[in-house]
Amino acid sequence: MEPFENENGAVDKSTTVQAAEQISAEAGADSGRRRKSLNHNVFGYIFSIPFVIAYLIFHLYPTIYTAILSFTDAQGLIQEKISFLTSDIFANYKRILDNATFKEGFWNTFHIWALNFIPQMLLALLLTAWFTRHRNKIRGQGFFKVVFYMPNIITAASVALLFNALLGYPVGPLNGIFTGLGLFDKPFDFLDNKVVARIVVAFIQFWMWYGYTMIILISGVLGISPEIFESADVDGASEFKTFIHITLPNLKPIMLYTLVTSLIGGLTMYDIPVSITNGKGAPRNATLTNTIFIYNQVFGGSYSYRTASAASMLVFLVIIVLSIFVFKMLSDKDEVREKKENKKRMKEFKRAQKIQQQGGAF
Amino acid sequence: MTLITENNDVQTAFAPEEPVIVKRKKKSIAFKIVAYVVCIFLALLSIFPFWVMFINATRSSAEITGHPVSLIPSNHLAQNIEYITKYDDFKPLRGFFNSFVVSAGTTICAVYFSTMTAFALVAYEWKLKNAFFTFIMAILMIPAQLTGIGFYKFMYQIGMTGSFLPLILPSIAAAGTVFFMRQYMKPSLPMEILQSARIDGAGEIRIFHTIVLPLMKPAMATQAIFAFVNSWNQLFMPQMLLLSAKEKKTMPMMVSLLRGDIYKTEYGSIYVGLSMSVLPLFVIYFLLSKYIIAGVALGGVKG
Repeated sequence: MEPFENENGAVDKSTTVQAAEQISAEAGADSGRRRKSLNHNVFGYIFSIPFVIAYLIFHLYPTIYTAILSFTDAQGLIQEKISFLTSDIFANYKRILDNATFKEGFWNTFHIWALNFIPQMLLALLLTAWFTRHRNKIRGQGFFKVVFYMPNIITAASVALLFNALLGYPVGPLNGIFTGLGLFDKPFDFLDNKVVARIVVAFIQFWMWYGYTMIILISGVLGISPEIFESADVDGASEFKTFIHITLPNLKPIMLYTLVTSLIGGLTMYDIPVSITNGKGAPRNATLTNTIFIYNQVFGGSYSYRTASAASMLVFLVIIVLSIFVFKMLSDKDEVREKKENKKRMKEFKRAQKIQQQGGAF
Repeated sequence: MTLITENNDVQTAFAPEEPVIVKRKKKSIAFKIVAYVVCIFLALLSIFPFWVMFINATRSSAEITGHPVSLIPSNHLAQNIEYITKYDDFKPLRGFFNSFVVSAGTTICAVYFSTMTAFALVAYEWKLKNAFFTFIMAILMIPAQLTGIGFYKFMYQIGMTGSFLPLILPSIAAAGTVFFMRQYMKPSLPMEILQSARIDGAGEIRIFHTIVLPLMKPAMATQAIFAFVNSWNQLFMPQMLLLSAKEKKTMPMMVSLLRGDIYKTEYGSIYVGLSMSVLPLFVIYFLLSKYIIAGVALGGVKG
């Protein structure tokens, strides 16, 4: 089977989740494959049936239903008949967009996400640079990886409650340490301060996820062809320069993947903010996120499916738009630059021609 | 050997050799000190909260009030456990059992059916195959939280709230697991064996169960760990669907009870409750950390 080699190559890359490359590589592999008898191939459909049915019932229908609900008057636990809005079909959306709490929650969510993602990516990159050095290898990497990743696997709700206990006021470990060291005169109520509470949620997210991001990035670096590094080494490039000019550009697809998944996770963040204070975004809505808002629209007592679904759809839309934007922005940059350079070259070429012509004329 | 390689990136080739090497050596020692200090600090940062949790679980509330952080355990564990299980709501064994049923069910469904779907995508040639795979990639990242409202209302209408099934069955269509299984299967499934099994008269369903499943064991094990842990940690969906079913609360749902007023000053019991909720995860992690880290590196989990 000669396609095998081809496929192996594709899979090595796939560890870096480079979806686009993957698909194109496969197209090549598939065409090379021998056609098998048709009666077997019908099992391709048969084996896909459970997935498709479960998807239709438990994923697609709820998605469509959420979208539909956002255009109806669905409200209340027991409602005889749900009907579409007649006077203004977008009334639920308008109501949500006018809702100050929703807007506050949206900015909180984005705020907390950015506050966690930027330091998380920077630290993960730094650790990746350190852990993939060719000289001065850091020992105990296996241990560090295991320990750094550990918080990620622990129940987020438990972690949030643990931090709630650690930040306890007036008696709690952190207050104990800080007053003991003389940093604080008296205990500080961390979770009663809007800014601090947000930072705490962002910190927990950061703390839970930098290890994950680091491992993904390290595996990305290991996926880069060693020949590039070797030639950089031969050329006498320093470790730092190699990282900036070779490792980073090659890591772009993985960083992009991390950015998008983190953004989606961040905009639907729920477990930690809901568990760390009173479950309603205390103090004073500082940790109220999109998902808490949506949940409370229904289970806060009013069973307002109409506004909850409209809010869901809005966040959904934002996620789709942002994801597309991120992909486009980062993938088109090179193309745009290339086009610009081509134009420039063209101009220079024409100018040179002109000069030549003029030179010839004189 | 090291001297030569270290010399490679020295820009000032004309400088006398000795001092340059000394300089580089000093630099590399400085780097190592910084790197180890940072790494050890981060390691402590990872361990410290859990350390405090496990130690304080054994200490009385009076001890914790006096010194919130201690390195040595005390002997009040039994007392704390007694206090926390005294009340009706927080039932750790019940929570364990419920979480275990949901997580085990989810894991079995996700791993078994995802392998099956991956098999369909790898072993057969069918018209919609590529379209189906593209579709799976497209739905990979859709967050469940945003379609949860429709899901809840739908389940409410068909009377499935208060049941574990709506938490388990959706994992039959686990796009992330399918993606991973397919990536693993593609290079490692020998088509010749399938062909010869067919010649021997084995049916496709039997081929799947007797040849494909055993071959896929390593990948299935990795995915099983992640499916189990992911499901165990879920809070949003169970909280919606099992809100009014008191006897069916999962462990993460029970944990949020620890915020209640009964435990306001019972610090020891809060730490005991938290320790109980995460203990199984610690056991899993320290037994399987090697495979888990390797699985993460393969991109096996979604962010």
